[in-house]
Amino acid sequence: MRILLTGGTGLLGGATARALLDRGDEVTVLQRRPAGLGCREVLADVTDRDAVARAAAGQDAVLHLAAKVGIQGTWREFAAANIGGTQAVVRGCRAGGVGRLVHVSSPSVAHAGDPLVGAGAQPADPEGARGDYSRSKAVAEQVALAADAPDLAVLAVRPHLVWGAGDRQLVAKIVDRARRGRLPLVGTGAALIDSTYLDNAVDALVAAVDVCGAAHGEALVVSNGEPRPVGELLQRICQAHGVPGPRGRVPLPVAVAAGAVAEQVFRRLRPASDPPMSRFLAEQLGTAHWFDQRRTREVLRWVPRIPLEQGFAALAAHAAGAGT
Amino acid sequence: MIRRRGGAPVTPAGPRAAAVPPAGVPGLDPRWSRLVTVQDADGVDRAFHVLDSAVGPDGAAVDAAAPRAATTGGTLLCVHGNPTWSYLWRRLVAAAPPGWRVVAPDQLGMGFSERPGQPRDLARRIDDLGRLTDALGITGPVVTVGHDWGGVVSLGWAVRHPDQLVSVVLCNTAVHQPETSPGPVLIRLAHRRWVNELTCRRTPLFVRAATSVNVPRPPKDIRDAYAEPYRAATRRAAVSDFVADIPFAAGHPSRPAVDAVAEGIRHLDVPALLLWGPRDPVFLEEHLADLRARLPHARLHRFERAGHLLPEDAPGYVTAVTRWVAELDVPGTPGPSGAAPEVADGAAAEMPDGGAAGTADTAPATRTADIAVATDAAPSTAADAAADPATGRPSLLDAVRARAGDDTAAVVEIGRGTVSWRELHRRIRDAAAVLRRAGVGPGRRVALLVPPSVDLVVAVYAVWWVGGSVVLADRGLGLAGIRRALRSTAADHVLGGRTALVAARALGLPGRRIHVEDLSGATSATGDGAPDREVDDPDLEAAVLFTSGATGPAKGVRYRHRQLRAQLELVRRVFDVRPGDAMVAAFAPFALYGPALGVPSAVPRIDVTAPATLTAPLLAEAVRAVDATTVFAAPAALRTVLATADGLTAAERVALAGVRVLTSAGAPVPAVLLRRLQALLPDATLHTPYGMTEALPVADIDLAGIEAAGPGDGVCVGRPVPGVRVQVSPLGPDGRPTAGLTDRPGVVGELCVQAEHVRDGYDALWLADRDGWAAPGWHRTGDVGVLDADGRIWVQGRTAHVIATETGPVTPVGIEQRITGAVSGAGGPADVAVVGVGPAGVQQVVAVVAGGRRGAGPLPDPDLVAAVRAAAGRPLAAVLRRPALPVDIRHQSKIDRVAVASWAGRVLAGG
Repeated sequence: MRILLTGGTGLLGGATARALLDRGDEVTVLQRRPAGLGCREVLADVTDRDAVARAAAGQDAVLHLAAKVGIQGTWREFAAANIGGTQAVVRGCRAGGVGRLVHVSSPSVAHAGDPLVGAGAQPADPEGARGDYSRSKAVAEQVALAADAPDLAVLAVRPHLVWGAGDRQLVAKIVDRARRGRLPLVGTGAALIDSTYLDNAVDALVAAVDVCGAAHGEALVVSNGEPRPVGELLQRICQAHGVPGPRGRVPLPVAVAAGAVAEQVFRRLRPASDPPMSRFLAEQLGTAHWFDQRRTREVLRWVPRIPLEQGFAALAAHAAGAGT
Repeated sequence: MIRRRGGAPVTPAGPRAAAVPPAGVPGLDPRWSRLVTVQDADGVDRAFHVLDSAVGPDGAAVDAAAPRAATTGGTLLCVHGNPTWSYLWRRLVAAAPPGWRVVAPDQLGMGFSERPGQPRDLARRIDDLGRLTDALGITGPVVTVGHDWGGVVSLGWAVRHPDQLVSVVLCNTAVHQPETSPGPVLIRLAHRRWVNELTCRRTPLFVRAATSVNVPRPPKDIRDAYAEPYRAATRRAAVSDFVADIPFAAGHPSRPAVDAVAEGIRHLDVPALLLWGPRDPVFLEEHLADLRARLPHARLHRFERAGHLLPEDAPGYVTAVTRWVAELDVPGTPGPSGAAPEVADGAAAEMPDGGAAGTADTAPATRTADIAVATDAAPSTAADAAADPATGRPSLLDAVRARAGDDTAAVVEIGRGTVSWRELHRRIRDAAAVLRRAGVGPGRRVALLVPPSVDLVVAVYAVWWVGGSVVLADRGLGLAGIRRALRSTAADHVLGGRTALVAARALGLPGRRIHVEDLSGATSATGDGAPDREVDDPDLEAAVLFTSGATGPAKGVRYRHRQLRAQLELVRRVFDVRPGDAMVAAFAPFALYGPALGVPSAVPRIDVTAPATLTAPLLAEAVRAVDATTVFAAPAALRTVLATADGLTAAERVALAGVRVLTSAGAPVPAVLLRRLQALLPDATLHTPYGMTEALPVADIDLAGIEAAGPGDGVCVGRPVPGVRVQVSPLGPDGRPTAGLTDRPGVVGELCVQAEHVRDGYDALWLADRDGWAAPGWHRTGDVGVLDADGRIWVQGRTAHVIATETGPVTPVGIEQRITGAVSGAGGPADVAVVGVGPAGVQQVVAVVAGGRRGAGPLPDPDLVAAVRAAAGRPLAAVLRRPALPVDIRHQSKIDRVAVASWAGRVLAGG
């Protein structure tokens, strides 16, 4: 299959591109910097409509991962990258006669701050979503799903909290904080959180490319289906790296308030770095997030291959190999 | 707040015209509403607002007058009272039973129907309703459903339409003011003209109070919805008129109409269902009793937590009505055959004759009354006697009569005295004479407020002697629970000591009061009225027993003599009671059974309702008093006995060595405890039977059996005792038991029991009774478990504790046992509860371990988490810790998993 993948430099994008190449797909990746994946690369901004249209022309499927993540930046920047980028991808698909679009989204597009307890995939809700990232991704998912049509099948996939060996984002930040003794638990640390081991998220995206067409027009949350108390998750990640687990506790309301303040302060004083806490992060770490995976597994005909325990072991092996 | 469509007035054609309700009334679908014009008896057109479940294919209500082909089965005609409106029935309209159309009109002058401008008396209202059903084209079978004064109107329709009527359902209503009652105080007060004018019409006081003082109080938006059609004084005239139309005085213009209905329903031969909310200040127990007297065949379900607005207070009434109509034989509806549960091969064929007592409860068309003597209990012929095992069995009084001339001890109450068989027989006979003079006889219930004692033994057997039924409530229910329980049975008599009778009066318990001291003494000297022989009919009701359940109000478990006789025979056989034996009864139910078993019994110097107070020396004392060969004790008592065994003298040890059988019923006893007991009672077989109030015993296992079974998934309670069959109702993906029964080993499901001694029914709880049978004669125990290849039963928890995960149902007990085995330390076995969190079907399994200091937080240290996960034998989403686990009220030792689950759900939601 000929596939265009946007966002090949990210953890999940790179790993998914490799998986598609390994099984013999003809893969083109599009992003601003070289990804070094040994396949055809288009170096362009995903908001560059002409570049995206040229790259999409003649593809069987587009897998759209490119996005602006994190909490730095202005709403305009998030909107341009995430909404504008998705609009460019949708136009490119239409113009280039692409039959399938798998749009990678996030469970936070439908999360208004309440605990998610065995929740299904609710519709994206830009008004309820917390933070510029989630809000822009919510609009982006609406843009993508609105494009679902007989000649363009669109599926939205929302992997939840992807982590794995070699992760410089989530895992590295947790370990770094823990090492400096700056990883407190939010609330009691008992909020039940589901997550997705990297390889499982990759499998799910590959499966989504394959079923897209027969299945279309809906959003699916992807996770390991193994929720754990957030304190235990953090503890296990730290343990795999040989650093002490979370220390101290911050009540959820305090964390949310502190996060809101920190966001403002960092936006003005240190616009290039993430604040230690944000409202979004406080709610993510302080309230339950786990999902009803039945529909996802039925539609994607996919099950997580790597259980959590095996993921922790891989993390430890990688950390030991990297000499951490 | 109710939103008005585009700000348009609610009553576009003026304040007196009919209208449809405004948009936004919670729970109301605008498609149900229709306006129907009917010509009344004076030839005037009147417009009704009607809720109708039959909506057209496009979702819009079809033409009012057109008969509806879509629902030709039957019609539920629901009539509201005052000051409510058809809104009362919205849940039933929303969930119309298959094949049934639900029609709920607003009476004229009420709700959103036309305001006729004149008072409409009862006769007129009944006439109106008949004209309305004609206009609606309701020509087929009808079940009337009425609430409050709508009950009278609905019965008026019922009496006039015998050809269409198939059943009547009544909720908190009355057709007659019993002579003994001054009438509902509130309504009487509202009869005073100025009170009525002020409270009902000029102000919305009565309209608002109807919902705001109701117990339980509905939420604000629901209360507003009830008041919506009565916002203006001009719209409340009928509320006021309706109150004035309730006839208390003989000369009241509506009195003849009410009396006609009250007498007319005596001739109704259709099945009747009474749904009752006891927390009603208007319609009281005496009104219910009056209705039951007029409709003696009526089935009753009391929703103990509901008040006057029963359909509002007890949403479960919809289930009751749905089940009820499903069992009526109405063409075009699924009918009784469709509702019948699957029965395992041969189960029905093997039903003993008497088992019909269980099946009869499920079919309203063939019901006999709760209390009344079964009509088929005609004098037995020889052939019947051969076919009916109950007739051949000894009665509960046979043993006492056989030993009427025996001067040896029958009951020894250590420290209180000894009663010989001769004396016991005489006291029972004397008491029976007193009871008979007081009016106790077949079909009469006597609530016994007597603490466990010889007095209680005498009272119970005396009631049985004259054919009455005893009502006994566990003291563990507390005062409120006992009051609720005894009121629900509508006992004809209350028997107790002075304090108890004062309490009975204060609690408003029904029934004539009899002092326990009056059962003996001077009255016996006269000897008059003493029946020579007890009333001996196996189909008479013998007892209604209330034991405290883990959750919710206690259920009254009803037994006939045939079930108690079968139980007696089973106890004799399973626990090997032989002539010449003697027993220690340190466990309340068995303290009553000694005389029926014909063996002397000794009651230790303890309060048998506090079994843990039984020490080893007190047990030995009781054993020596009667040379006991058999001991019945509670599991809690056994722990105390073991803990105090060091204090035994040599002589006491010798006495204990003479015990041949020890039975510990109530909860499973760990093997380690039994092994230590065996050392104390070297010659005794140690039985730990399994059973429940509704069926005891079901199964039995001794120490050797427990050791042979070894560890497994759950608690092994042994094999069914002779004559008892146990099968499982397999669990579905949602964790609930499905239809059908199987005895296939390895299938996890709700344990169901069929035996001659299984309960006759639940009293005053038609729906619970109906739901309590998995198949005719098969009692649902509420326990989940599995049968093994050797026919042993393994109990794995309660149905309410099943965890419905994505991969199927998970039961807690086996996992808990494995965790307990792995993490218990020097402080004894750790308390562990395994519960589910999240929505059914995707629930996550969570283990909660007791321990740790207070304030330590719910996450245990990583080593304990790892140990628990390793031991559990299946994935756990979380391991939590709290200082102590909640235990249920009754057993004090059984962990309340429902409470643990709710705590875990909160903790794991975060925050």
